[in-house]
Amino acid sequence: MSTHVTTAAAGSLWEGGRSPYLTNSKKFGMWLFIISDALTFSAMLFVYTYSRVSNPNWPTPFHFSPSIVFSSVMTFALLTSSLTMVMAVHAMNRGNRAAAARWLIATMAAGATFVGLHLTEWMNLIHHEHITALGNEWGVPLFGGTFFAITGLHMTHVVIGLIYLGIVCQAVMRGKFKAEDVEVAGLYWHFVDLVWMFVFPLVYLMSAKI
Amino acid sequence: MSAPTHSAHHAPQGFIRKYVFSLDHKVIGIQYYFLGLFSVFIGMGLSLLMRFHMVNPEAKVAWFAKLWPTAAAGGMMTPELYLSLMTMHGTIMVFFVLTTVPQSGFGNYFLPLQIGAEDMAFPVLNMLSFWTTFIALVVMVSAFFVQGGAPLAGWTAYPPLSAAGRITGPGEGMGQTLWILSIAIFCGASLMGAINFIATTVDLRCKGMRLMRMPLTCWTWLVTAILALLGFAVLLAAGLLLILDRTVGTSFFIPGGLMISDQIISNHKGGSPLLWQHLFWFFGHPEVYIAILPGMGVTSHLLSTFARKPVFGYKAMVYAILSIGFLGFLVWGHHMFMSGMNPYSAMAFSVLTMAIGVPSAIKTFNWIGTLWGGKIHFDTAMMFSLGFVSLFVTGGLSGIFLGQPALDLYFHDTYFVVGHFHMIMGVAAIFGMFAGTFYWFPKMFGRMMNETLGKIHFYATFIGVYCIFTPMHFVGMAGNPRRYSDFTNVEYLAALMPVHKFMTHAAYFTAAVQILFLINLFWSLWKGPKAPMNPWNSTSLEWTVSSPPPFDNFGGVHPVVNHGPYEFSVPGAPTDFIMQTDPPSVTSED
Repeated sequence: MSTHVTTAAAGSLWEGGRSPYLTNSKKFGMWLFIISDALTFSAMLFVYTYSRVSNPNWPTPFHFSPSIVFSSVMTFALLTSSLTMVMAVHAMNRGNRAAAARWLIATMAAGATFVGLHLTEWMNLIHHEHITALGNEWGVPLFGGTFFAITGLHMTHVVIGLIYLGIVCQAVMRGKFKAEDVEVAGLYWHFVDLVWMFVFPLVYLMSAKI
Repeated sequence: MSAPTHSAHHAPQGFIRKYVFSLDHKVIGIQYYFLGLFSVFIGMGLSLLMRFHMVNPEAKVAWFAKLWPTAAAGGMMTPELYLSLMTMHGTIMVFFVLTTVPQSGFGNYFLPLQIGAEDMAFPVLNMLSFWTTFIALVVMVSAFFVQGGAPLAGWTAYPPLSAAGRITGPGEGMGQTLWILSIAIFCGASLMGAINFIATTVDLRCKGMRLMRMPLTCWTWLVTAILALLGFAVLLAAGLLLILDRTVGTSFFIPGGLMISDQIISNHKGGSPLLWQHLFWFFGHPEVYIAILPGMGVTSHLLSTFARKPVFGYKAMVYAILSIGFLGFLVWGHHMFMSGMNPYSAMAFSVLTMAIGVPSAIKTFNWIGTLWGGKIHFDTAMMFSLGFVSLFVTGGLSGIFLGQPALDLYFHDTYFVVGHFHMIMGVAAIFGMFAGTFYWFPKMFGRMMNETLGKIHFYATFIGVYCIFTPMHFVGMAGNPRRYSDFTNVEYLAALMPVHKFMTHAAYFTAAVQILFLINLFWSLWKGPKAPMNPWNSTSLEWTVSSPPPFDNFGGVHPVVNHGPYEFSVPGAPTDFIMQTDPPSVTSED
C-alpha cells in the first residue's frame, strides 16, 4: 500500500498511518540505540576528562613506536572497514547478494584486524610499559583505569559488531535479510567507528610522549 | 488503508506463549503491573520495619533474630541492618515500582491502544525487556540472602561507602555487588523499553492520530521514554566503573589517603567520589521525572474525562511536559549543593531548578482550569487524580525550599528532604497508579472495581499519607537528620519522639488500609460486575473496543481518528463526549 506515500502532501508526514520517516521501525530503533550508547560513551569520556584534569601528574607515556604506530594502523583498519561496509550496503541495494557478502567479510576482516592489533597493544602496555588498570610507575592509577575501561568498552562494541555482522552475512548468503537490514547493521558499525574517532585522539594522541 | 503491519503476529496457543513469554503488549503490561505490585509490598514492608525500629530502637523481636541471625542477633536490629532496609526500600520502590508500573505497566498496555496500533513496534524486544527487569528484581532481592546481607549505601550508592568493599559495612561485600549488577541489568531493560516506546509512538500512530491529537498520557509516556533512553545510558557507564572499582580494584571513585574504620585504604588513589555524584544525578534527576510524568499524564486525562470538559490548554500541557523533560537534564547539581560546589555553579543550578517551577505551575493551573465549571463525577479514579494534584502541589512547594542553596545547607540530609521527595515522587506517583488502576481496570480485566471500597481506600490512604509525611517537614526543620537508626540518646531529637511515634502509627494505618485495595483488586478480578465497552464515557481509542480488547486490539479494523482527545461537552453534539474515531461531521470544531 504505497499509494498514500505518493499522494500525501509534504507537510502531513506526521498525520499518522505510517512512519513519518518513511522507513521501517528497525532503522529508527537502531538510531535510538545509537543515541543512548553515545551517552554511555560520553559519560566514559567525561570520566576521563574529569580524572585527567583533577590529577596533576597525568602521564603522557605512549611512545611513537609501537603505541602510536599501532593505534594509527588500527584507526586505518577501522576506517577501511567503514568503507567496505558502505560497499556492502550499496551491493545489497543493487540486489547483488554475493558481492554484499564479500564486502561484509572484508568488513569483518578489517574489524578483526583492529581487535587483534588492539590486544597486542594492550599486552605491550601491560608487559613492557607496566601500565595496568590498577597502577603504573607515575603513580596515577586512573591513567590505566580510564584507558582500559574506555578502550575495553569500545573493543566490546567492536566484538559485538563482529558477531552481529557474522549473523547478517550468513543471512545474506542464504538469501534471507533485506537491504535495509544490512543498512541497520551498517549504522551500528559506523557508530562504533565514529566512537573510535573520539577515543583515538583523546586517549592515544593526547597521551603521546613528546 | 493499511496501518503499519510489521508488528502484527498471530495469537499464540498454549499457556507459556500466551501468558509467560508473551509477545502481546497487553499481557506484558499486566506482567509489569504485577511485578510492580509485588515489589511495592516488599518496599512497604521494609519501610514499616524502619518506622518500627525508629520508635522502638531497643525492642527485641524474636522473628527478627530468625530472619537475620547476625544483623539482628537476639532480636535487636543493628544500625547496619536499618541502613540496609532503607537502601532496599529506596531501590525497590524507585526502580521496580515508580519506574516500572506507570511507564512499563500502563504504558505498555495502553500506548498502542490509545494511538491505534496493533502492538508495540518491537514485540520481541518488549518481552525481553520484561524478563530482563524480572531478572534484575531477582538479583536485587537476592542481596538479602548473601553473606553480609543487603547493601547499606542508600539507593544513590554514594562512594566511597559503596566502592571500598566489606570494610565499610557487612552489606558492602556481595550485597553491594549484586545491587550494582541488578541496576546494570535494569539499565539494559529500560533501554529496550525506551527504544520500543519511542519507535511505537513515532511510527505506529493510526491514520489521523497526529501528534497534537494524542492523549496527554501518550505524550508523557513518550517524554518519559526519552528521559530513560538518555538517563539510564549514563547510569550504566557509572555502574560499570563502580563494578570495576569493587571487583578489579580501580580507583575511579576512591580518593587516596582515605580512612575507613581506623584503617588507611592504601591500594586506591586519585579517584573522586564527586564524580559518581555527577554521573548518578545526571541520571537521578531525570529519574524523578520518569517516576512522576506518567502520573501527570493520567491525571490530565482523568480530570478532563471526569469533569466532562476538555483539558484546559492542551498545547500548553504538551509544551510543559517537553520543557520539564528538557530542564530535568540541567539541574542535577541541586542534589550536590552540600558536596562541595562552587557557589556560582550552585546559583546556576538553583535558577534552573526554579525554572522547572514554571512548566510545573502551568500544569497545575491547567488542571484547576480543567476542573473549573465542570460537571465533576467523583468516581474513585477521579478522587485519586485530585489527590495527585494535592500531593504534587504540597511536594512541589517544599521543592522550592530545597532548590535554594542557602536553605538547602540547613535542610540537606534532614527529614525535610524525606518528606519532600516522598510527597512528590513517591506518593503522588503512587496516586497516579491508583488512578490508572481504577480507571483502566475495566478495560484490562473486563470487570468493574468496587466503588465503595475504592472510596474508603482513597480517603484512608489520602489522610494516612499526609499524616506520615507532613510531620517529616517539621522534624526536618527541627534539625532531625535522616538515615539515623536511633536518636533516642540525642537530647534535642529525643524531644521529637512523640512526632515520630505519630508518623509510625500513621504508617501502620496506611499500610493496613492497602489491604482494602488488594481485596478490591483480586475480588473484582473474578467477581466484579462485567464491564461495558466504555464505562466512563471516555473519548480515547481504547474505549472503542471490547473489554478486554481482542488480541490484535482493534479486531482487524484500522481505526481512523478524526478528533482531538478531549472533546467533551461540545456545543451541538448529541452526547457530552465525542470519540476520537467518530466521523468528522459530529462537531464543527477541529
